[in-house]
Amino acid sequence: MNKIVEKEFFSENVAKIVIESPDIAIIRKAGHFVIIRIDEKGERIPLTIADGDKEKGTITVVVQKVGVTSAKLLAMNEGEEILDIVGPLGHATHIEKKGTVLCAGGGVGVAPLMPIVKALKKAGNKVITVLAGRTKELIILEDEMRNYSDELIVMTDDGSYGKKGLVTAGMEEVIQREKVNMAVLIGPAIMMKFGSLTTKKYNIPTVVSLNTIMVDGTGMCGACRVSVGGKTKFVCVDGPEFDAFQVDWSQMMMRMGAYKMQEHEAYEKYLRTVETVA
Amino acid sequence: MENIAEYIKEGRSDSWRIELRKSMKTKERTSYERVKMPEQDPHIRNKNSIEVNSGISEEMAIAESHRCLDCPAPTCTIGCPVGINIPEFIKKIEIRDFLGAATVIKETNALPAVCGRVCPQEKQCELSCFYTQKLHKPPIAIGNLERFSADYERNSGKMSIPNVAESNGIKVAVVGSGPSGLAAAGDLAKLGYDVTVFEALHEIGGVLKYGIPEFRLPNDIVDIEIESMRKMGVKFHTNFIVGKTASFDDLKEQGFKAFFVGSGAGLPRFMNIPGENFNGIFSSNEYLTRINLMKAAYDDYDTPVLFGKNVAVIGGGNTAMDSVRTAKRLGAERSMIIYRRSIEEMPARVEEVHHAQDEEIEFMNLHNPVEYFADENGRVNRMRIRKMRLGEPDASGRRRPIPIEGSEFDIAVDLVVVAVGVSPNPIVPSSLKDLKMTNWGTIVVDKDTMQSSIPNIFAGGDIVRGGATVILAMGDGRVAAAGMHKYLQEKVKAN
Repeated sequence: MNKIVEKEFFSENVAKIVIESPDIAIIRKAGHFVIIRIDEKGERIPLTIADGDKEKGTITVVVQKVGVTSAKLLAMNEGEEILDIVGPLGHATHIEKKGTVLCAGGGVGVAPLMPIVKALKKAGNKVITVLAGRTKELIILEDEMRNYSDELIVMTDDGSYGKKGLVTAGMEEVIQREKVNMAVLIGPAIMMKFGSLTTKKYNIPTVVSLNTIMVDGTGMCGACRVSVGGKTKFVCVDGPEFDAFQVDWSQMMMRMGAYKMQEHEAYEKYLRTVETVA
Repeated sequence: MENIAEYIKEGRSDSWRIELRKSMKTKERTSYERVKMPEQDPHIRNKNSIEVNSGISEEMAIAESHRCLDCPAPTCTIGCPVGINIPEFIKKIEIRDFLGAATVIKETNALPAVCGRVCPQEKQCELSCFYTQKLHKPPIAIGNLERFSADYERNSGKMSIPNVAESNGIKVAVVGSGPSGLAAAGDLAKLGYDVTVFEALHEIGGVLKYGIPEFRLPNDIVDIEIESMRKMGVKFHTNFIVGKTASFDDLKEQGFKAFFVGSGAGLPRFMNIPGENFNGIFSSNEYLTRINLMKAAYDDYDTPVLFGKNVAVIGGGNTAMDSVRTAKRLGAERSMIIYRRSIEEMPARVEEVHHAQDEEIEFMNLHNPVEYFADENGRVNRMRIRKMRLGEPDASGRRRPIPIEGSEFDIAVDLVVVAVGVSPNPIVPSSLKDLKMTNWGTIVVDKDTMQSSIPNIFAGGDIVRGGATVILAMGDGRVAAAGMHKYLQEKVKAN
């Protein structure tokens, strides 16, 4: 159960992991996520599904090392098993023909964006995709995204690859040039916040996918709650996708940092144990 | 269930019961004092997670069993939602047949060690006991005796497995492994069905695991009761969300003929007051899940939780008591209940309120939060509360709390747990378009069969009641199992 069948590092801290999960592989759609728990003492974390293969019974996630659980996951080898996977969770992305859709992905946010781009394209939209990262190493899934999009623009903060500049510069370029009917933004909260400020200027309806702290992922705990349009929403059962203009970004970012200190201490401790073992 | 009164009556005329009644005069029986449950010292237990009540001894159990008059019309049994043959098991204790007592309880109760610990007996069997009603004396300690029987059997290593009818090969699914689901699964297995329980979390037990703390209901005890259900042939499938991982239609295709939905009230309510989303403000579900299910307070577990010096728990139910006592155990200097009515109106079990008081929990009754404030990192550091007074009784029969304008004041808090109730979990209802729901999001069922508007779907527990007790959920599970049996047998005959 839940065997890791493939692991491929995109960069030092980011890897694609393909996991055997036949039930979820059959039913999952773009926008869905899973909750995983690595081992008996592990925490439950949400991961958005980047891809799936019904025939092989596998799902794909992309993981960035940010703390103990992601580090442990990246340290697992092909053939090893993840203790618990549950899903698919959340509402699937609402896919329809809108015309021209601008999709922007930052960092590992590109992974959950991929199935959405694929589905939007299949629904007959013209899809223009902007991939952004700090440096060349952090641009992921470029070939796949180029393949599924009508046009692909790559942006790096330091100009080490593609065009130099932030994701918003790439978005502006497209919006200035042609009529955009809808935008989808997935990435770090700060990227989604500024990305949606850009689309708001031009009144382009914008969807974001939030990746907040969760425990059960089924609406039971409310850890993932965030204010959307002045109302408290649960990302796990009401989302994960929301109207970007309604999200209270500062509250969301504040809530993302709830365990910053604990996470930092736990990670330091983890690194010491890893060193001792090595 | 209709024959329950007769069944309970029948045992009373067994010769051993007649002999036993004759062996002691009523006057002597009623002269004994009610047994007192031994408990850990409050000042020690409020720093550990060991069970508060340590259980009564054999001698204490027998002494208590002498008090029971083995009434001709045992009113105690009317008060039991799962219809336990109370006099029969108590009289088995009196003749020192402790294993026999456990067997009697398990005829109708799938989780005796659990119910013996968490049932509000004072509102059920013990309330309708002859001692309470007619003698105006403390009732027989039925709950303590139930717990004693279950614990004795477990510790004896000779746990009996209830008789299971020959397999009828009919597949049925139970959605959710909390109290209602387990009760339904147990009864359906006894009737010979091929039962699979689907659970969304990684552990079986629902609220018994994620909600009720170790100091009130140790997880090991829940696990052992689940183990005996496995021995009865019940299959469990964790990490499986019916409505998500597979639809009801998918499961029908896999051969499931009927469903019991006991998916619980898994959607915490908040008060929607300013600042409620600051860090350090949890729903009771989140707080208790992190600690009970994820073991966040242990250093070697990866799940984090925030600790508080000044902890406020909002609410007056059992979950509020569990939360506030948990916070105390995790080192809070002040651990406070903030409840908008007075202590008399609290829905929590009386024993839990007493235990909390003994453990130095502060009770701020007739107070209600109005706003939260936070430090520069967004961590709650202060709350504004308003005084309340009681007005006329409302629909619940309890006196309505009325705010006293201008009475607001602030207190320092660094952790807040909101335990003001739960709403039904939306996942199952939203996956079944034809399912009839109430305005509150609960599933509409026929009270006698627990059948929903979709004939092969039955439901019970909090998804129907919207937030009740373990034992009421179990009662629903039993009624539903009987309803499903009737429905399925009629279908079999029709074919």
